[in-house]
This record gives sequence, structure tokens and C-alpha cells, in this order.
Amino acid sequence: MIDFEPTPEQQEAITKAHKAAEELFRPISRYYDEHEHESPQELINLAWKKRGEGIFELGMDITSALRIEELCWGDAGLFLCLPGPWLGGAAIFASGTKEHLQRFLGKFNEGEPKWGAMAMTEPGCGSDTAAITTTAVRDGDEWVLNGEKIFVTMGKRALEDSNGFIVVWATVDKSAGRAGMKAFVVPAGTPGMRVEKLEKKLGIKASDTATVIFDNCRIPLGNVLGSPEVKKADKSEDKGFKGAMATFDVTRPIIAVQALGVGRAALDFVKETLEKEGIKIRYGIPKQKLTALERDIMEMEANYKAAKLLALRALWMMSQFQPNNLESSIAKAKAGLAVTKITQKAVEIMGPVGYSRKYLLEKWMRDAKINDIFEGTGQINMLIVARRILNFSREQLK
Amino acid sequence: MISFSPTEEQKMIISMVRQFASEEMRKVYRQCDETGDIPDSLIDTAWKMGLISSNIPEEYGGAGGGHSAITGSLLSEELAWGDLSIAMHILCPALFAYPILEMGTEVQKKKYLPLVCGETYRAVSLALIEPRFDFDPHSLSTTARLEGNEYALNGEKCYVPLAADAKLLLVCAKENGSTQGFIVEKGTKGLEIGEREKNMGIKALATYELRLKNCRVPKESRLGEQNGCDFNRIINCSRVALSAMATGVARAAFEYSRDYAKERVAFGEPIASRQAIAFMLAEMAIEIDATRLMTWEAAWKLDRKEDATKEASLVKLYADDMVVMVTDRAVQILGGHGYVREHPVELWLRNGRGFATFEGMAIV
Repeated sequence: MIDFEPTPEQQEAITKAHKAAEELFRPISRYYDEHEHESPQELINLAWKKRGEGIFELGMDITSALRIEELCWGDAGLFLCLPGPWLGGAAIFASGTKEHLQRFLGKFNEGEPKWGAMAMTEPGCGSDTAAITTTAVRDGDEWVLNGEKIFVTMGKRALEDSNGFIVVWATVDKSAGRAGMKAFVVPAGTPGMRVEKLEKKLGIKASDTATVIFDNCRIPLGNVLGSPEVKKADKSEDKGFKGAMATFDVTRPIIAVQALGVGRAALDFVKETLEKEGIKIRYGIPKQKLTALERDIMEMEANYKAAKLLALRALWMMSQFQPNNLESSIAKAKAGLAVTKITQKAVEIMGPVGYSRKYLLEKWMRDAKINDIFEGTGQINMLIVARRILNFSREQLK
Repeated sequence: MISFSPTEEQKMIISMVRQFASEEMRKVYRQCDETGDIPDSLIDTAWKMGLISSNIPEEYGGAGGGHSAITGSLLSEELAWGDLSIAMHILCPALFAYPILEMGTEVQKKKYLPLVCGETYRAVSLALIEPRFDFDPHSLSTTARLEGNEYALNGEKCYVPLAADAKLLLVCAKENGSTQGFIVEKGTKGLEIGEREKNMGIKALATYELRLKNCRVPKESRLGEQNGCDFNRIINCSRVALSAMATGVARAAFEYSRDYAKERVAFGEPIASRQAIAFMLAEMAIEIDATRLMTWEAAWKLDRKEDATKEASLVKLYADDMVVMVTDRAVQILGGHGYVREHPVELWLRNGRGFATFEGMAIV
């Protein structure tokens, strides 16, 4: 049955997360935007202490997504500081074995706060993930990793600030192309791995974005996710690359709801400001009688709604074990762009109030933009959507 | 619980209507558009599917299934995918029947609902739109004034589907500041049906202007009698139906231009292999899905008997823009071939452009 009503549990998750966003995120939002690379230690400790209470739980289901939207409504940068296995966990979830899940995530919730990260992008390649040059060479019972990874979200927290781990994508055989791509789990503290620098960014400044260097970094043979075999003969068997892409099917709708949280923050701010001024948005009146302002607000709201429903659909399909590669990319492409536009429009509408750092709106515009970039740019997601709807291969649509 | 899966029954209806749309409607729609005429046999075949009567309770002659805006949206999209004119013609009786089903008095339901539950199609319709650029359904120029035991109706209407054949019309008029519905029988004195309209699109659908000149109807003809009607709900049901139809028209144009782009070769490869074309198609697909889901959400609110004004008006505005974007791009992708009437995309653009004007021409 087509239904849009959250369950009572989901409603509770929304309420709890919204409260945390209002009380814990918003008051420190500006501070950590202006003090880049400082760590919101109190929030991190509190989130860790309260893990399991249904406030800060991360996950890939609809309940988690609804919670994440609220937290990002509070502050998307601070949200990205919360302890958890994150994309590293998603990669293990998407292509690891039960043993991997047990070994790397089984004790994750014990002891001190921990983070998981994933490293894909390199200085020489972003969207073209198959072009990575980081190598993994087998040496007896070990893999030896060499290369440089950039834009690793939570890289420092996973590797320096905690006893976490990182999932690194590397090639075991460059001549094999995509088939040679494998993911490796590297625990924090592994010799030969170091965090080299933290990026200074446009937004989500509370989130650390690290460069990680692998210099003869040795890990056990069993730390590879998926089969270590390279099957050159059959191209359809390029499971390594497919593992990476399967991870994105899981994470893209989540990025979409992160985006939506920021977008709704901006929308709420605009609507509240207008309400204080006694300006009402008149839904249901003819288009030719709407003011330009009303048209803008309605367009923003409709785009928000469209993106949210597309994200929920992708998540729902995953919960039904339906393939959702197309729908995940649709959700991500739509949400990234919609929220970029919504926040930019909000700054425009609010004039001097929008542009001033006295308020958070300008920050949300800066924060929003990342959603159209990470986990696949808007353009890459459009390319995936296009290939899917055309049933075209990479060769047929470059 | 959040779910995007239609019920088994809805899936059966979708597949039945989809089959009718692709096997029956798609055979004749171009000819219908050119001649302005839809074969009666096609309408009769459609009528036998019971798309309207199945939602009417047994006591009024229907099959007793529940009336659902979500089901209505699903089948409206499929029919509009087949052809918009024919879809509007097939579903026209709902314009009269559903407001009566939801807001009519017991007497009105008993008297009028059996008419749309018969074996054969009978035209009944709704007159809402008025021939002026600043038409506002909540502030109509057509007026209703109570004089003794009669209402006097005065004003002009346009885009009234099947008005010439309609045995009954539900005429919307302004009464004391609000919009109310009045049941007007064919041949009532003062009701003048004008010439058939000539429009840019929906050329196969017979629509008419009509004039109400001191047209008098008994007091009992007011929809809901003393309670009146919830016009807001009627207009929201219309917004949802039209958004669903816009989704159907857009999907037709998207599919056609996608298939064309895969076959049409330029510079040695299919034009779909170029991002300029492929990205247009991707955006079309995304916006069609987005509109469909927003339509479902608004329909879901209607089914819960909640106020759906915000959802319904947002999706209608969105759908109006979306369908023009998609159908225009379909023409663009076909290039010169899109402009000639050998291909259907120009028809879909003409029909798609109409949604911004259409109001109260379909109801879920």
C-alpha cells in the first residue's frame, strides 16, 4: 500500500533527533564554522555516551534517514563529526563477509569513540574512480599498499583521533582496469599509513577532510573485501568496481537526506522570517496571482518535497531488497542540486539578513554545496541515470 | 509505514488500463487528434472496465469498491499516457459523480449516482473554468443568487468537456463569497451551450463554452444542499488528477524520445551517446518520477480526508512546468522530425502546454 506515514518509532526518532539538533547542534554551529579543524569534543563525547539511545544512530534504513535529516537540519558539519563506522562501515556492509563485519564492526561500539572512513579519491582522479593509482601488492600473507588518497571524510578522526579504520580502494592489477580494483580495510595505527593534511573548505568546516598517505603499508591478506582474484576474461565479473558502486547505492540516498536537512533549515528560516513580518504564503491561489516571493518559496518547497520523496523511495527499495542503483542516483542528483538552489535562493530572498554571518543562513548555503559534489557529483549521477534509462554501457555513453 | 508499493488490486488496475492504453488508445489517438472525434466504440470499451462505477457504493448502483485518490492517480497516469483527450473523455463522468459521491445529500446521491453506474457511457460534466486570463476558481465571475425556491445562475464558462452531450452539468458559481456547485439539467432555460471550442491541444476532446443567463434551478440542486460543498477539496482532487495526467503525458514523450535517441545516428553513433542528449533524458526521467511521487503523496492526503491544499497545489504547479519541460525536450531531441505530425511528440507538447490552463477537467 502506498503510504507516507512514518511509524510511531520513526516519529519518535524524528522528534528526538530534532531536539538534539536544536539543543546541541545549533548553539555551537557558528563557533565550529569559524574555528575550522577544532573538534567539538563535548558533542562527540555526549553522542558516544548516548549511543544506542536512538538519537545519534547512523544507518541506512528509513528510520536512520529521517533522523539524519533532522541532525543535518541542526548542522551538517557537526553531523559529520559524530562517531560511527560511516562510509567505511557501508563498504564493509556492501561487499564484506560476515567475518569482516564481525572483525571490524563487532566491537566498534565498545571503549572510546571511534570512526570509520573510506578513501577513494586521489589527486589525479575523482569521479573517474577506475583510474586510481594506489596499489596493493601481495607479499606472502600480506598486502602492501602504496599511494595517496585525498578528500577522505573523517580520515583524521578514524586514523589519528580514534582506534577506527579506513576502507581504501586500490588496484591489484592496473592492466585489469576496473576488475583490478579492490577495497582493503586498514585499522588505525597500521605502520606505513599517515594523515598528511586537512583541507580548508567552503563549508561543513567541522568535518575533517584528510589526505592519507600509504607508504609500504602492510595489512593481513584477509583484509580485502570481496574476492582477491582478478578476473580479466569476463568483464561482467569486475566485482571490485561493482563493490564500490554497490556502496554508493547504499550511501547516496543518505547523502540526499543530509542535503535535505540543510535545505529545510534554510527554508524554515525564510518562512519563519516572513511569518514574523506578517507575510503569508498563499497556497492554492492561481499562479497569476502569486507574488514573485510566493512563487520562489513554492518552487523551493516543491523541490525539497520532490527530493525527499525520491530519497525515501530509494531507501524503501533497499529495505525491500530491490536493486536501487538508478533510484539512488536519481535521489542524489535531485537532492544535491535542489538543496544547492534552495539555499542560494534563500540567501537571495533574505537580502542583507541572508548574507550576514550574524545568522546561519549563509553557512547553510556553503554547507549545502558539498552534497552536489561528494559521493558522486551531480553530473556523475546524471550520467548513471542516463546510462540506466538508456540501458547503455560505459562505452555507449561516455 | 512509508511504502511505495501499490496494493495488489491497484497493480491489477494499472496493468488492465496500461494494456487498454497501449493496445486501444495508441492505435487511434493521432487520428482522433486530426479529426477531433473519438470513436464511441473506444469509449464503450473503456467504460466496461468500470473505472468510475466500481468506486460507487452498491446502494447507488455501483460495484461497491472504495473510492481512492491514489487509485485514481494511478489509472489517470496510465490513461493519459495513452492519450490525454481520450483519457479526459473517458473519465469525464467522474467530474460530476465524485463531488456528488463525497458531498451530495442522500437524495442527490440516490438520484444521480446510478446514472454513472450503467452499462453504457453517459456524459455528465463539470463547468468551472471561465474565459478570462485572471480566472480564479475561488473567486468566480459566475454567480448564484437564491431567489425564493430557486437559484439564479449567471455567467460564462469555457473548457467544459462534453457539455453538448451532457445530460447533467455541475456548474460552479460564486455564492456569498464562496464557490458552490449547482446541478443543472440539460435543456434548462437560460443554459446556452456555445460552439465547440478550438484549442491548441486536446483536440479530440469536445469542449464547449457555455452561457448562463438567469438560468434557474431548484434550491435542491445545490450540491450538498444547505451544507454546500467543500470546494477546496474538489479543486484539490482536480489538481491531483491533472498532475497524474501530466505525469502520463510526460512519460509518453520521454519514452518516445528516449527510444528515438537510441536509434537515430549522427556522426557515427546514436545521439543518445552524447551527453547533451543523454542528460536531457536523465533530467526528464528524474522530474517525471518526482512529480509522480508528489502526486501520490497529495492523493494519500486526500484519501485520509486531510486538507491537501499545500501538497496538491505544489504538485500541480510542479507538474505544469515539468510536463512542458519534458514534452518540449522530446520535440527538441527529435529535431525537425519532432516538429512534423508524423511523430507524436508535437501532439504531446500541445497537450502538455494545456495543464497550466486546465483546472477542474479531471478529478480523482
